Amino acid sequence: MSETISALNNAGYSGLVRIDETGLQGMITLRGDLSLTTVKKVATTASGATFPGQRQITVSDTGALAWMSPDELLILCPYEEVSDRLAKMTKTLGNTNALAVDVSDARAIFAISGEDARDVMAKLCPVDLHPEVFKPGEIRRTRLAQIAAAIWMEDDDNFRLICFRSVAQYAYDVLKVAAAAGSAAGFHAAQDPV
Amino acid sequence: MLLIHCPYCEETLPEAEFAHAGQAHVVRPENPSAQSDEEWENFLFIRSNVKGPHYERWRHVHGCGRFFNAVRDTVSDRFLTTYKAGAPRPDLETLTGEVK
Repeated sequence: MSETISALNNAGYSGLVRIDETGLQGMITLRGDLSLTTVKKVATTASGATFPGQRQITVSDTGALAWMSPDELLILCPYEEVSDRLAKMTKTLGNTNALAVDVSDARAIFAISGEDARDVMAKLCPVDLHPEVFKPGEIRRTRLAQIAAAIWMEDDDNFRLICFRSVAQYAYDVLKVAAAAGSAAGFHAAQDPV
Repeated sequence: MLLIHCPYCEETLPEAEFAHAGQAHVVRPENPSAQSDEEWENFLFIRSNVKGPHYERWRHVHGCGRFFNAVRDTVSDRFLTTYKAGAPRPDLETLTGEVK
Protein backbone atom coordinates (compact mmCIF):
# COMPACT_ATOMS: atom_id res chain seq x y z
CA MET A 1 0.00 0.00 0.00
CA SER A 2 1.17 3.52 -0.72
CA GLU A 3 2.62 5.57 2.11
CA THR A 4 0.28 8.29 3.36
CA ILE A 5 1.84 11.64 4.15
CA SER A 6 0.38 14.87 5.48
CA ALA A 7 -0.05 18.02 3.38
CA LEU A 8 3.41 19.48 4.01
CA ASN A 9 5.08 16.32 5.31
CA ASN A 10 6.04 17.73 8.71
CA ALA A 11 7.51 21.01 7.47
CA GLY A 12 8.85 23.25 10.22
CA TYR A 13 10.11 26.80 10.65
CA SER A 14 11.79 28.67 13.48
CA GLY A 15 11.30 32.39 13.71
CA LEU A 16 9.68 34.43 16.44
CA VAL A 17 7.86 31.23 17.22
CA ARG A 18 8.21 27.65 16.15
CA ILE A 19 5.79 26.57 13.41
CA ASP A 20 5.30 22.90 12.68
CA GLU A 21 2.99 21.03 10.43
CA THR A 22 2.43 18.21 12.86
CA GLY A 23 1.77 15.45 10.37
CA LEU A 24 -1.03 12.96 10.12
CA GLN A 25 -3.85 13.58 12.54
CA GLY A 26 -7.05 11.59 12.71
CA MET A 27 -10.12 13.78 12.47
CA ILE A 28 -13.75 12.77 12.45
CA THR A 29 -16.50 15.27 11.94
CA LEU A 30 -19.84 14.56 13.55
CA ARG A 31 -22.98 16.41 12.58
CA GLY A 32 -26.32 15.99 14.25
CA ASP A 33 -28.54 17.27 17.02
CA LEU A 34 -26.06 17.79 19.84
CA SER A 35 -28.79 17.65 22.46
CA LEU A 36 -29.41 13.95 21.72
CA THR A 37 -27.97 11.53 24.28
CA THR A 38 -26.83 9.13 21.54
CA VAL A 39 -24.89 11.84 19.72
CA LYS A 40 -23.25 12.98 22.95
CA LYS A 41 -22.37 9.44 23.91
CA VAL A 42 -20.87 8.66 20.49
CA ALA A 43 -18.73 11.79 20.60
CA THR A 44 -17.42 11.31 24.11
CA THR A 45 -16.74 7.60 23.62
CA ALA A 46 -14.89 8.10 20.34
CA SER A 47 -12.72 10.94 21.63
CA GLY A 48 -12.37 9.84 25.25
CA ALA A 49 -12.97 13.45 26.22
CA THR A 50 -15.84 15.05 28.10
CA PHE A 51 -18.59 16.81 26.14
CA PRO A 52 -17.48 20.38 25.36
CA GLY A 53 -19.60 23.45 25.94
CA GLN A 54 -20.22 26.09 23.32
CA ARG A 55 -16.91 27.22 21.70
CA GLN A 56 -14.95 24.78 23.88
CA ILE A 57 -12.50 21.98 23.21
CA THR A 58 -11.86 19.15 25.65
CA VAL A 59 -8.76 16.98 25.57
CA SER A 60 -8.16 13.37 26.58
CA ASP A 61 -5.10 11.10 26.52
CA THR A 62 -5.84 9.82 23.06
CA GLY A 63 -7.78 12.60 21.47
CA ALA A 64 -9.88 15.71 21.77
CA LEU A 65 -13.43 16.83 21.18
CA ALA A 66 -14.22 20.26 19.78
CA TRP A 67 -17.44 22.23 19.41
CA MET A 68 -17.50 23.52 15.83
CA SER A 69 -21.05 24.88 15.45
CA PRO A 70 -24.46 24.31 17.05
CA ASP A 71 -24.75 20.99 15.19
CA GLU A 72 -21.17 19.98 14.53
CA LEU A 73 -18.37 18.41 16.54
CA LEU A 74 -14.82 17.51 15.61
CA ILE A 75 -13.18 14.45 17.10
CA LEU A 76 -9.39 14.26 17.10
CA CYS A 77 -7.71 10.89 17.50
CA PRO A 78 -4.60 9.04 16.32
CA TYR A 79 -4.57 8.69 12.54
CA GLU A 80 -4.37 4.88 12.61
CA GLU A 81 -7.43 4.56 14.83
CA VAL A 82 -9.83 6.56 12.68
CA SER A 83 -11.46 3.68 10.82
CA ASP A 84 -11.98 1.63 14.00
CA ARG A 85 -13.43 4.51 15.97
CA LEU A 86 -15.55 5.59 13.01
CA ALA A 87 -16.98 2.10 12.57
CA LYS A 88 -17.97 2.00 16.24
CA MET A 89 -19.51 5.45 16.00
CA THR A 90 -21.57 4.58 12.93
CA LYS A 91 -22.77 1.40 14.65
CA THR A 92 -23.79 3.19 17.84
CA LEU A 93 -25.49 5.97 15.90
CA GLY A 94 -27.66 3.42 14.09
CA ASN A 95 -30.75 5.16 12.78
CA THR A 96 -30.07 8.43 14.59
CA ASN A 97 -30.18 11.35 12.19
CA ALA A 98 -26.50 12.17 12.43
CA LEU A 99 -23.44 11.78 10.25
CA ALA A 100 -19.86 10.89 11.15
CA VAL A 101 -17.22 11.24 8.45
CA ASP A 102 -13.45 10.74 8.32
CA VAL A 103 -11.95 14.08 7.31
CA SER A 104 -8.33 13.36 8.34
CA ASP A 105 -6.96 13.62 4.82
CA ALA A 106 -8.99 16.73 4.01
CA ARG A 107 -7.30 18.87 6.62
CA ALA A 108 -3.91 20.02 7.77
CA ILE A 109 -2.89 20.75 11.33
CA PHE A 110 -0.21 23.12 12.61
CA ALA A 111 1.39 23.81 15.96
CA ILE A 112 2.48 27.37 16.71
CA SER A 113 4.57 27.53 19.84
CA GLY A 114 6.62 30.12 21.63
CA GLU A 115 6.26 33.13 23.85
CA ASP A 116 5.11 35.32 20.96
CA ALA A 117 2.49 32.84 19.76
CA ARG A 118 -0.41 35.11 20.72
CA ASP A 119 1.14 38.00 18.79
CA VAL A 120 1.77 35.91 15.70
CA MET A 121 -1.79 34.57 15.65
CA ALA A 122 -3.25 38.00 16.35
CA LYS A 123 -1.57 39.33 13.21
CA LEU A 124 -3.60 36.90 11.13
CA CYS A 125 -6.87 36.18 12.93
CA PRO A 126 -9.56 38.73 13.84
CA VAL A 127 -9.86 37.29 17.33
CA ASP A 128 -9.36 38.91 20.70
CA LEU A 129 -6.40 36.87 21.93
CA HIS A 130 -5.88 38.70 25.19
CA PRO A 131 -4.83 36.15 27.84
CA GLU A 132 -7.89 37.01 29.91
CA VAL A 133 -10.25 36.54 26.98
CA PHE A 134 -8.89 33.65 24.93
CA LYS A 135 -7.70 30.80 27.09
CA PRO A 136 -6.68 27.19 26.65
CA GLY A 137 -9.81 25.09 26.31
CA GLU A 138 -11.50 27.49 23.94
CA ILE A 139 -11.73 26.95 20.18
CA ARG A 140 -12.51 29.54 17.54
CA ARG A 141 -13.42 29.00 13.95
CA THR A 142 -12.29 32.10 12.18
CA ARG A 143 -10.14 33.38 9.36
CA LEU A 144 -6.41 33.07 9.02
CA ALA A 145 -5.66 35.94 6.62
CA GLN A 146 -7.76 34.86 3.63
CA ILE A 147 -8.66 31.30 4.57
CA ALA A 148 -10.94 29.56 7.03
CA ALA A 149 -9.26 28.05 10.06
CA ALA A 150 -9.96 26.77 13.55
CA ILE A 151 -7.59 27.69 16.36
CA TRP A 152 -7.24 26.71 19.98
CA MET A 153 -4.56 26.81 22.64
CA GLU A 154 -2.97 23.75 24.21
CA ASP A 155 -1.43 25.90 26.91
CA ASP A 156 -0.40 29.52 27.27
CA ASP A 157 2.35 29.43 24.61
CA ASN A 158 1.03 26.80 22.25
CA PHE A 159 -1.57 27.20 19.55
CA ARG A 160 -3.02 24.54 17.33
CA LEU A 161 -4.50 25.38 13.97
CA ILE A 162 -6.59 23.33 11.57
CA CYS A 163 -7.21 24.38 7.98
CA PHE A 164 -8.16 22.66 4.76
CA ARG A 165 -5.41 20.58 3.20
CA SER A 166 -5.71 22.39 -0.11
CA VAL A 167 -4.63 25.66 1.54
CA ALA A 168 -2.00 24.18 3.85
CA GLN A 169 0.87 25.76 1.90
CA TYR A 170 -0.80 29.18 2.09
CA ALA A 171 -1.38 28.79 5.83
CA TYR A 172 2.24 27.77 6.37
CA ASP A 173 3.59 30.64 4.26
CA VAL A 174 1.44 33.27 5.89
CA LEU A 175 2.36 31.96 9.35
CA LYS A 176 6.05 32.14 8.42
CA VAL A 177 5.65 35.78 7.36
CA ALA A 178 3.86 36.61 10.62
CA ALA A 179 6.64 34.90 12.55
CA ALA A 180 9.55 36.36 10.57
CA ALA A 181 12.56 37.32 12.66
CA GLY A 182 12.50 40.98 13.67
CA SER A 183 8.73 41.30 13.35
CA ALA A 184 7.93 41.02 17.05
CA ALA A 185 4.93 43.13 17.99
CA GLY A 186 5.30 42.64 21.73
CA PHE A 187 1.63 43.49 22.11
CA HIS A 188 0.42 40.72 24.37
CA ALA A 189 3.61 40.66 26.40
CA ALA A 190 3.06 44.34 27.12
CA GLN A 191 -0.41 43.54 28.49
CA ASP A 192 0.92 41.26 31.19
CA PRO A 193 1.18 42.79 34.63
CA VAL A 194 4.85 43.18 35.56
CA MET B 1 -14.88 47.32 11.31
CA LEU B 2 -18.37 46.24 12.29
CA LEU B 3 -18.87 43.90 15.20
CA ILE B 4 -21.72 41.47 14.65
CA HIS B 5 -23.36 39.25 17.24
CA CYS B 6 -23.78 35.68 16.02
CA PRO B 7 -26.93 34.29 17.68
CA TYR B 8 -25.62 30.72 17.27
CA CYS B 9 -22.10 31.20 18.63
CA GLU B 10 -23.47 33.74 21.11
CA GLU B 11 -20.45 35.94 20.67
CA THR B 12 -19.84 39.34 19.12
CA LEU B 13 -17.35 38.92 16.33
CA PRO B 14 -15.69 41.01 13.62
CA GLU B 15 -17.37 41.59 10.29
CA ALA B 16 -14.55 39.76 8.45
CA GLU B 17 -16.02 36.44 9.62
CA PHE B 18 -19.45 37.18 8.12
CA ALA B 19 -21.05 37.37 4.72
CA HIS B 20 -24.09 39.39 3.76
CA ALA B 21 -26.80 37.23 2.18
CA GLY B 22 -29.52 39.58 0.99
CA GLN B 23 -32.92 40.59 2.24
CA ALA B 24 -34.51 38.49 4.99
CA HIS B 25 -38.03 37.10 5.28
CA VAL B 26 -38.46 36.50 1.55
CA VAL B 27 -40.88 33.57 1.59
CA ARG B 28 -40.63 30.97 -1.13
CA PRO B 29 -44.07 30.24 -2.59
CA GLU B 30 -45.61 26.91 -1.57
CA ASN B 31 -46.20 25.92 -5.16
CA PRO B 32 -43.82 27.71 -7.56
CA SER B 33 -45.47 26.19 -10.64
CA ALA B 34 -48.73 27.90 -9.80
CA GLN B 35 -47.08 31.33 -9.77
CA SER B 36 -47.64 33.82 -12.52
CA ASP B 37 -44.51 35.16 -14.22
CA GLU B 38 -44.93 38.42 -12.40
CA GLU B 39 -45.25 36.80 -8.96
CA TRP B 40 -42.22 34.62 -9.65
CA GLU B 41 -40.22 37.61 -10.82
CA ASN B 42 -41.19 39.35 -7.61
CA PHE B 43 -40.00 36.44 -5.52
CA LEU B 44 -36.72 36.06 -7.38
CA PHE B 45 -35.59 39.58 -8.10
CA ILE B 46 -37.63 42.36 -6.55
CA ARG B 47 -36.12 43.56 -3.31
CA SER B 48 -36.77 46.56 -1.15
CA ASN B 49 -34.11 49.24 -0.95
CA VAL B 50 -34.66 50.57 2.52
CA LYS B 51 -33.20 53.73 3.93
CA GLY B 52 -33.06 53.02 7.64
CA PRO B 53 -33.63 49.74 9.53
CA HIS B 54 -33.48 46.83 7.11
CA TYR B 55 -34.15 43.11 7.73
CA GLU B 56 -31.22 41.18 6.29
CA ARG B 57 -29.83 37.68 6.17
CA TRP B 58 -26.22 37.22 7.21
CA ARG B 59 -24.05 34.15 7.35
CA HIS B 60 -21.31 33.39 9.85
CA VAL B 61 -19.31 31.97 6.98
CA HIS B 62 -15.91 31.78 8.68
CA GLY B 63 -17.35 30.48 11.94
CA CYS B 64 -20.27 28.18 12.58
CA GLY B 65 -21.49 28.55 8.99
CA ARG B 66 -25.06 29.34 10.03
CA PHE B 67 -27.43 31.78 8.38
CA PHE B 68 -29.20 34.18 10.71
CA ASN B 69 -31.24 37.37 10.43
CA ALA B 70 -30.25 40.86 11.41
CA VAL B 71 -31.76 44.32 11.50
CA ARG B 72 -29.23 46.82 10.22
CA ASP B 73 -29.70 50.54 9.83
CA THR B 74 -28.58 51.20 6.26
CA VAL B 75 -27.83 54.84 7.06
CA SER B 76 -25.59 54.41 10.10
CA ASP B 77 -24.56 50.80 9.34
CA ARG B 78 -25.49 49.99 12.91
CA PHE B 79 -26.81 46.54 13.78
CA LEU B 80 -29.96 46.94 15.85
CA THR B 81 -30.27 43.24 16.57
CA THR B 82 -29.53 39.76 15.26
CA TYR B 83 -31.72 36.71 15.72
CA LYS B 84 -31.85 33.08 14.69
CA ALA B 85 -33.26 32.04 11.33
CA GLY B 86 -36.89 31.04 11.75
CA ALA B 87 -37.39 33.34 14.73
CA PRO B 88 -40.18 35.89 14.33
CA ARG B 89 -39.38 39.32 12.95
CA PRO B 90 -38.57 41.62 15.88
CA ASP B 91 -40.73 44.67 16.34
CA LEU B 92 -39.04 47.63 14.69
CA GLU B 93 -40.49 50.26 17.01
CA THR B 94 -39.08 48.72 20.16
CA LEU B 95 -35.71 48.32 18.45
CA THR B 96 -35.42 51.86 17.17
CA GLY B 97 -36.77 53.09 20.49
CA GLU B 98 -33.92 51.38 22.31
CA VAL B 99 -31.32 53.03 20.13
CA LYS B 100 -32.58 56.54 20.87
